[in-house]
Amino acid sequence: MSMSSHVPLPALKKSLSVINAESLDRRVLNSFLKRVAAEGVGKVQIHNVYGQRYIGTGLNNGLEIEVHGTAGNDLGAFMDGPSIVVYGNVQDGCGNTMNNGLIVVHGQAGDVTGYSMRGGKIFIRDSVGYRAGIHMKEFQNTRPFLVIGGSTGDFLGEYMAGGVILVLGLNSPHGEEFMARFVGTGMHGGLIYARGEMRRVGTGAEISDVEEDDMDQIEGLIKEFCCHFAFDSDGILESTFTKVIPSSRRPYGNLYAR
Amino acid sequence: MKTHIIPEYCVDIDEDRCNRCKACIEQCTYGVHHYDVKKEAIISRSEECVNCQRCVVFCPTEAITVRKNRNSYRENNHWTQAMIVSAKRQAETGAVTLVGMGCDRPGFTYWDNLLLNASQVTNPSIDPLREPIELRTYLGKKPQKLNFAFNGGEAALATELAPQLCVETPILFAAMSYGALNLNAHQALAKAASELGTYFNAGEGGLDRRLYGYGEHLIVQVASGRFGVHPEYLNIGAAIEVKIGQGAKPGIGGHLPGDKVNEDIARTRMIPPGTDALSPAPHHDIYSIEDLKQLVYALKEATDYRKPVAVKIAAVHNSAPIASGIVRAGADILVLDGFRGATGAAPEIIRDNVGIPIELALASVDQRLREESIRNEVSLIASGGIRNSADVVKAIALGADAVYIGTAALVAMGCTLCQRCYSGKCPWGITTTDPEISRRLNPEIASRRLVNLVRAWSMEIREMLGGMGMNAVESLRGNREQLRGVRLTDTELRVLGVKMAGE
Repeated sequence: MSMSSHVPLPALKKSLSVINAESLDRRVLNSFLKRVAAEGVGKVQIHNVYGQRYIGTGLNNGLEIEVHGTAGNDLGAFMDGPSIVVYGNVQDGCGNTMNNGLIVVHGQAGDVTGYSMRGGKIFIRDSVGYRAGIHMKEFQNTRPFLVIGGSTGDFLGEYMAGGVILVLGLNSPHGEEFMARFVGTGMHGGLIYARGEMRRVGTGAEISDVEEDDMDQIEGLIKEFCCHFAFDSDGILESTFTKVIPSSRRPYGNLYAR
Repeated sequence: MKTHIIPEYCVDIDEDRCNRCKACIEQCTYGVHHYDVKKEAIISRSEECVNCQRCVVFCPTEAITVRKNRNSYRENNHWTQAMIVSAKRQAETGAVTLVGMGCDRPGFTYWDNLLLNASQVTNPSIDPLREPIELRTYLGKKPQKLNFAFNGGEAALATELAPQLCVETPILFAAMSYGALNLNAHQALAKAASELGTYFNAGEGGLDRRLYGYGEHLIVQVASGRFGVHPEYLNIGAAIEVKIGQGAKPGIGGHLPGDKVNEDIARTRMIPPGTDALSPAPHHDIYSIEDLKQLVYALKEATDYRKPVAVKIAAVHNSAPIASGIVRAGADILVLDGFRGATGAAPEIIRDNVGIPIELALASVDQRLREESIRNEVSLIASGGIRNSADVVKAIALGADAVYIGTAALVAMGCTLCQRCYSGKCPWGITTTDPEISRRLNPEIASRRLVNLVRAWSMEIREMLGGMGMNAVESLRGNREQLRGVRLTDTELRVLGVKMAGE
C-alpha cells in the first residue's frame, strides 16, 4: 500500500492558468477546467469561488487545481486523478464517489464528505458534517483515505466496504472524546481510526485494539496531514487512538430466512 | 427444531421409465435427487424441490413428474397456504422472509382489464407485411419548439437537441445487476441489445470489464451503494440511470447475499469477496428533489452533458407529483417500476404489499406531466410486469414511450420463475454466480433466444398498430382512445383515463 504517493504540491513548475470565478456559472467554470487540462495546462488557480458546484467533477487527468474561496457541493465528484487544494471551506458531497486524486481543504467540509470513495485521498483540516465516508470501498491495492482534522457528525463510515478514515479531533469542543453516534453501522470492510477515546459505535461495528501496523498507518497519514496544513505531528502522535472494525463480514447475514 | 413446513412440491419418478442415467442428480442444484445403490433407484427428497423443472427437461425418458403437493394445511380464503407457510417459517427462523421475482398474488394486473382497438371500415387498417410500420423511438428531452436558421434556400436546425437514446423497438432490458446475474447472463443481454438496436441496463453493480465493448448499448446505473460506479464506467455507457426505487421493493435498499459475491463480482463492486453488498434504502446524498437535481447534474458534468440521465422510481401513491419534481430536477428519462416488478431478492412482505400497479401510476404520471406542460421534457419508460407484446402496446397507449422487460428476458433465457434467485443455486445458470453452474447458460444461445423474443414481440406490435390504422408507434403514445376497460369501476377508469368497453 502506498502511504505517501501524494506529498504536498510542488512549487509552480507546471504551466499555470489563473481564473477569476466571481460571476462565473459553474458549467462555464468546469468546461474551462476541462479545456485547459486538454490543452496541457498543468495547474489552475481559481479565485473568488462563491459556492460553484462540481469543481473538478469527472476530471480524469493530472490537473492541479487551487481553489480560493468557498467551493460548492460535489467538489471533485467522480474525479479520477487531479489534485484540488481549497483555501476555504467546502460544502456537501466533497469527493463524492471519487476514484483517484487528492483533495486538501484548508477549512471545513459539509455533509457526505467522501461518500462512496473508491481511491485517492481527502484531507480536511477542520471538521466535517454528517454521513462522512459512508460506503467507502476498496479492492486489493486500490484504497481510499479520508483524514479529518476536527470532529465529525453522526453516521461516520456507515456501510463501509473498504478504505481508511482517520479522525483527529483537533480543536474539538469535546476534547479527545469522540462524540459522533452510529459510527460504522453495517460496515463490512475498511477501518476507522479516531484520536482519543470512542465509547460507542454502530451496530455491526466494534472497537478493536490498535496494533503496530495500525500505528504505522496512522503515523503516515498524520505526517501527511501535518505536511499539508503545517501542523506539528509529534504532538498529535503522542495521543492514544481508537480503532473501529467490522464485527462481521456479513452484518445482516441472519436478517433473512431463505 | 423440527420443521412444521410441509413440502410444496412432490417429485414422482416413474421407475419403469427411469433408465438410471442420473441426469437428474447432475442437473438438480438443490440436491433433491440421489441414487440408492441398494434399491437401484433414484430417490427424491421433495422437501428441497422448488419446481424449477430442470430435471424434468433434462430427463431423457420423461420419467419425472413434479407436481404440487396434494397435502396442504387446512387453508381458507383468509389464511392461504402461502401465508401459513410464511408464518411457520418465520416462527422457525425469526427472520424476514425473502423471495425472488415479482409479486405472484392475484388481483393487481390491469393489463387484463384493458382491450385494444382495431380499425373497421371507416379508417383502413394497415398491413405490416406490405407497408413499413415505424417502431423506432427516441428517448430523452424534446424541445418545446424547433427553431430553424434559413440561409438562402437552405434551412438548418437551430435548436440544440438534448442527447437521445435511439431504440429500434420500444423494448429495453431492465436493470439486472452483475451479481444478481452472472457474467454469461449479462453478456447474453448485452449481445442481444446490440443485435436488436436497443439497450441493456447493467443494474447496480457495475459491468465486468470484459463487457465494456458493449458500451454503446449499455445503460449504467447509479444506485445508493454506488457499486461499480467510476468515471470511465459512466462514460462508456449510452445513458445513466439513477435508481431511487424499484417496484419489487419500494422504499427499501438491497442486499446481494455474500454467497453470490465471488472474486470477479467483488472486484467490479469494490467490496470484499463473500460479504453482502449492501445498498441502503436512500442515497445518502439525496434527501430531497434538490439533492436529486444535484446528482443528476453531477452525472451530466462528469459526462460532458453528452448522455441522457434517467431516474427510476417505484410506482407509489404520489408518483405523479414526484415525477413532476424529477422532471424539474433535470431527468431526461423517467422510469416507473410498478408493483409487479421483479427482483433477485426482496422481503416477501414488501414485494406483496408496497407500491401500486404500473398501469395506474403510468396513467396518472403521463396525465400530470401533460397538465403541467412538461411531458415533452422527459421520456417515460414503464417497467414491472410486462409479459407480452400486448402489455407493451397497452403501456404505450397509457403514456409510455418504451418499456423495460426483466422477467420476460429471463424467461427467454431459461428462467422458470422458481423464485429462488437469491439462493445462488439457479439451476438454469442465470442468477447463480457459481462458475460451474454458470456454464449452463451459453451466452450465444441465450442471446439468440432474447433476440427471437423481442423480434417476435416487435412483429406483433406492428400487427396491432397496423390493425389500429397506425404506421408509427408515435401515433399510439398516450392515445387512450385506443383502449377500453372491462370489469373496472368508474374510479379505476377515471384514473386510467380510459372509457368503458362499449362507450
